[in-house]
Amino acid sequence: MKALVWHGKQDIRYDTVPDPEIEHGRDAIIKVTACAICGSDLHLFHNVIPAMKPGDIVGHETMGEVVEVGADNKKLKVGDRIVVPFNIFCGDCWQCKRGNYSLCEESNRNAALQEKAFGHRTGGLFGYTQLTGGYPGGQAEYLRVPFADTSHIRAPSGFTDEQLLFLSDILPTGWQAAVQCDIQPDDTVANWGCGPVGQMAIRSAILLGARQVIAIDYLPERLSMAAAAGAITINFQEESVLDRLNELTDGKGPEKCIDSVGMEAHGFNAFGTFYDRAKQMSLGESDRPNVLREMVYVCRPGGILSVDGVYGGLIDKFPMGIFMNKGLTMKTGQTHVKRWTDDLLRIIEDGLLDPSFVITHEAPLAEGPKMYRVFEKKQDNCIKVVLKP
Amino acid sequence: MEPSYLPTTGSMTPALRAARLLGWFSLGLGAAELIAPGRIARALGMEGRETLLRAYGAREVLAGVGALSMEPTPHIWGRVAGDAVDLATLYLVPRDADNEQQGNVRTATAVVAGIAVVDLLVAAALTQERGRTKADGSADYSDRSGFPKAPALMRGAAAGAPPPDFRNDPSRNIEHADEVRTASDVQ
Ligand SMILES: NC(=O)c1ccc[n+]([C@@H]2O[C@H](COP(=O)([O-])OP(=O)(O)OC[C@H]3O[C@@H](n4cnc5c(N)ncnc54)[C@H](O)[C@@H]3O)[C@@H](O)[C@H]2O)c1
Ligand SMILES: [Zn+2]
Ligand SMILES: [Zn+2]
Repeated sequence: MKALVWHGKQDIRYDTVPDPEIEHGRDAIIKVTACAICGSDLHLFHNVIPAMKPGDIVGHETMGEVVEVGADNKKLKVGDRIVVPFNIFCGDCWQCKRGNYSLCEESNRNAALQEKAFGHRTGGLFGYTQLTGGYPGGQAEYLRVPFADTSHIRAPSGFTDEQLLFLSDILPTGWQAAVQCDIQPDDTVANWGCGPVGQMAIRSAILLGARQVIAIDYLPERLSMAAAAGAITINFQEESVLDRLNELTDGKGPEKCIDSVGMEAHGFNAFGTFYDRAKQMSLGESDRPNVLREMVYVCRPGGILSVDGVYGGLIDKFPMGIFMNKGLTMKTGQTHVKRWTDDLLRIIEDGLLDPSFVITHEAPLAEGPKMYRVFEKKQDNCIKVVLKP
Repeated sequence: MEPSYLPTTGSMTPALRAARLLGWFSLGLGAAELIAPGRIARALGMEGRETLLRAYGAREVLAGVGALSMEPTPHIWGRVAGDAVDLATLYLVPRDADNEQQGNVRTATAVVAGIAVVDLLVAAALTQERGRTKADGSADYSDRSGFPKAPALMRGAAAGAPPPDFRNDPSRNIEHADEVRTASDVQ
């Protein structure tokens, strides 16, 4: 089959690879009908997530039609249309029982490697690093879905792939980021990063009842999409984020802050400095901490920082004194996708949100490598790319 | 805007590949200038300028690191400028050196000039395929809310959706610890 394959930094190719096969009784294999490129894929593209292996198939936002099921899989049959969460999880372990699907203790087949690096194991992920199992990803014609009997999301009829695909990742990710904020009716929620994840977080915060949502980025087209959902926008290249946030909150600061940017934040200011660049060049710091520092500084005391942006390694000079004395709470994590998808399916079916709004580009899978560049460089007003094999 | 210069089978452009090679070359040359400035100085009749050669070595290493980074373009332009400095330096080598050294200087000049041409071509190509242009960012997506009604009417529309609390869901059948452990149990 054809698939997008990682060969190194900024080197993704449309290659021919072996077809996946059923390996366990609970597996299913799907013929992919739609998949998407995620900001997390950009971290892999930039080789800033450790332990990628040349030859790895990428992609973790995928849906399709079941073409083969394992012997023990009693829930699925050939022809079923499913969306695949980006987490691989068993559904039965201590973490899965608590709904912490991204922390499944049974699904990471490279757990020994990860335990050395992280101290403990977390769950397997599609198309991601060897640390999370090195599972072949879904930017491909076919995908093997481990534990497919519990992990799948059944696609309701009457909705297009474009309307359902993002249940695999960015919609639940934005939703979890907002849920973690424990939003109160008088809250101001400030969201850094208006990529696809930020767009979903902004809409989730509105649906969950925030009084005021503020969106921060520097790309005008992304800010216009944030404004479409009712967010007040701040372009950090044109205005001071701190001044504007204080102005919009009577000097109190936003009660809830969401980091939908992650480890590759842009910007040189008080919160991201030459010191960081020097430290990063000498490998003393792997991730860019500007947004985290800014959030700690500006958040209203007692507030919550919700981090859905991905971090890979070390940051430096985290202002722990401010964080502690202001009594802040930080919530993080790879999203427990399946924990939220029943609610989110209902939201889509009730017509409260049509997630396809975020798609700006559709292309055949063969054009995938090119679309990685377009998405990476933010060319052509690109926000979200959907690929069709 | 359709970035037509991009290949359809892989994401690496020829210019990006060339930039990587130049980056490794910079690192190698820089290391040589840093580690053995004396030998280079002797070969080129530049005795006494070892400190200058070391500084050039540091410049090469920085250019190499930059050329291997995510945004090589400015660093390859930096290499072009560096080539000009190198050529000027070679031009200013005193002419009273012996024959063998003069031959070395001529060879070095030819090599640097050749590399300068390559650097210039690669830098120009990278600049050409550089990501975002002025036209990008012009789109207005303010009609893409994803909501069926005005955002103000959607505020709190899903506020009733309770976050599933797995600990309180008996169907999940989580076993509770039935005994309390104390220090003496874990000796
Ligand atoms: N937790 C999860 O399970 C999960 C799931 C999906 C994605 N993610 C992560 O979410 C993040 C965003 O993903 P995406 O698909 O939206 O990616 P993206 O790269 O399209 O979006 C990132 C946005 O952040 C903006 N930005 C950069 N620096 C900024 C700064 N200093 N202040 C404000 N904005 C800034 C960029 O302009 C860009 O629009 C990534 O780190 C991705 O890995 C996490
Ligand atoms: Zn993702
Ligand atoms: Zn599990």
